Amino acid sequence: MAYSEKVIDHYENPRNVGSFDKGDESVGTGMVGAPACGDVMKLQIKVNPDTGVIEDARFKTYGCGSAIASSSLVTEWVKGKTLDEAAALKNSEIAQELALPPVKIHCSILAEDAIKAAVSDYKAKHGVAAAANA
Amino acid sequence: MEMTPHFPIYLDYGATTPVDPRVVDAMIPWLREHFGNAASRSHAWGWEAEEAVERARGQVADLIGADPREIVWTSGATESTNLALKGAAQFYKGKGKHLVTWKTEHKAVLDTMRELERQGFEVTYLDVQEDGLVNLDAFKAALRSDTVLVSVLFVNNEIGVIQDVAAIGAICRENGTLLHVDAAQATGRVEIDVKNLPVDLMSMTAHKTYGPKGVGALYVRRKPRVRLEAQIHGGGHERGMRSGTLPTHQIVGMGEAFRIIKLEMDEVNAKARELQKRLLDGLKDIEQVFINGSLEHRVPQNLNISFNYVEGESLIMGIKGLAVSSGSACTSASLEPSYVLRALGRSDELAHSSLRMTIGRFTTEEEIDYAISTIRENVARLRELSPLWEMYQDGIDISTIQWAAH
Repeated sequence: MAYSEKVIDHYENPRNVGSFDKGDESVGTGMVGAPACGDVMKLQIKVNPDTGVIEDARFKTYGCGSAIASSSLVTEWVKGKTLDEAAALKNSEIAQELALPPVKIHCSILAEDAIKAAVSDYKAKHGVAAAANA
Repeated sequence: MEMTPHFPIYLDYGATTPVDPRVVDAMIPWLREHFGNAASRSHAWGWEAEEAVERARGQVADLIGADPREIVWTSGATESTNLALKGAAQFYKGKGKHLVTWKTEHKAVLDTMRELERQGFEVTYLDVQEDGLVNLDAFKAALRSDTVLVSVLFVNNEIGVIQDVAAIGAICRENGTLLHVDAAQATGRVEIDVKNLPVDLMSMTAHKTYGPKGVGALYVRRKPRVRLEAQIHGGGHERGMRSGTLPTHQIVGMGEAFRIIKLEMDEVNAKARELQKRLLDGLKDIEQVFINGSLEHRVPQNLNISFNYVEGESLIMGIKGLAVSSGSACTSASLEPSYVLRALGRSDELAHSSLRMTIGRFTTEEEIDYAISTIRENVARLRELSPLWEMYQDGIDISTIQWAAH
């Protein structure tokens, strides 16, 4: 299978790899997928509590190149966005940006799930109703 | 002696082998001036084609200790398997309608068995042991008085384990049951002598043994005689078992490939064993590495390894100088983890993290050394990216986590 140049770029130079302290009040963590399905994504956001803006993001992904690229791309995109803006991100935008073939669309869906889960985790920590992912 | 390997490096001889240049040379004249039809009895073009076909039949028979009259030409191991299983099951259905095989068989067997189930046969799919080998006691227990046919893979295509065909065949004989052996990956890698091996039907192919694609053979025992119902009807070629004009050039190629491997097999296997050891030694000390299938009962050409917490497809993308496969070529287009590894009892994540590397006659030490270094580098890099590796390092047992399947 041929990968798009953008997938290869993110796979070879993944952005924002790493982890934040899960217990940190300013951090929201989303972990989605399952080893049985061959994909697990962990996506974390660091939020400015005063503005509600995502200041930084990190990811780790077990999965194919497209899964790695999707999560890497999302960490770039969510920086500077508000929680609601980030939670509104659509998998189709990820798939389009990375030119994912149909068999890899699930990678972009997983990345969307991961950012939504991270936003809900942050909101839950701060007692905000997690409406975005209800 | 060249020290720098050519890229990409081919470590997928289990998918197919290059055609030996001597084989190509032997084939060409049968595409050019000697174009005759082996079934033409009335002129020299036909006679010489028939002679070439019969010479090749002798060469294929020779490698496995068979009589040339026991060799039927087909288009490859898949067709041979279809003819053997459907042909024998249908011919002997008056004796019984129960068939036995194993869960780690090639799809050519499993899918044909499914078709036979649709035709009213009953099939038992047995588990293998954790090392990929047949459990003989469980096999014996599965045989019934109406079991007419058993099918076993001589050398597994994914994990390279060699089954004890002699023992399986002896059990079949005791029960009056026919045995079909899929030897696609075994010819030229394992000594085969059907004079001493209790097999009744054996499928072979040319392209895994340095011959061309598109030609194979089925061994059909004469003493005691095994009968088959034909699956392809027409001019009654191959004693009625497989109609269709014989592809002389392909057949000549298979004969020449089998003649050469008979002469060079010991040397080829000794060299492969050295390279296999070199590859294994270079990788086995990586943390959380698992060899899939028995190392002891295994062809020297195959190494199948799971690198835990690294997904196989991403690893293959990383080691781009290497042509290898994740699972087998037949299933790697799907997103399912290898059913063969699942049948060994491997966890899903280990099954998703496997690499099949298959060595061949043209593999060099330099290529193996390069493979080792690029695999080590990429496993380390991808583990830095892996949340599962991070959890493992933190002492979290990922099998205790409730994952949401997607």
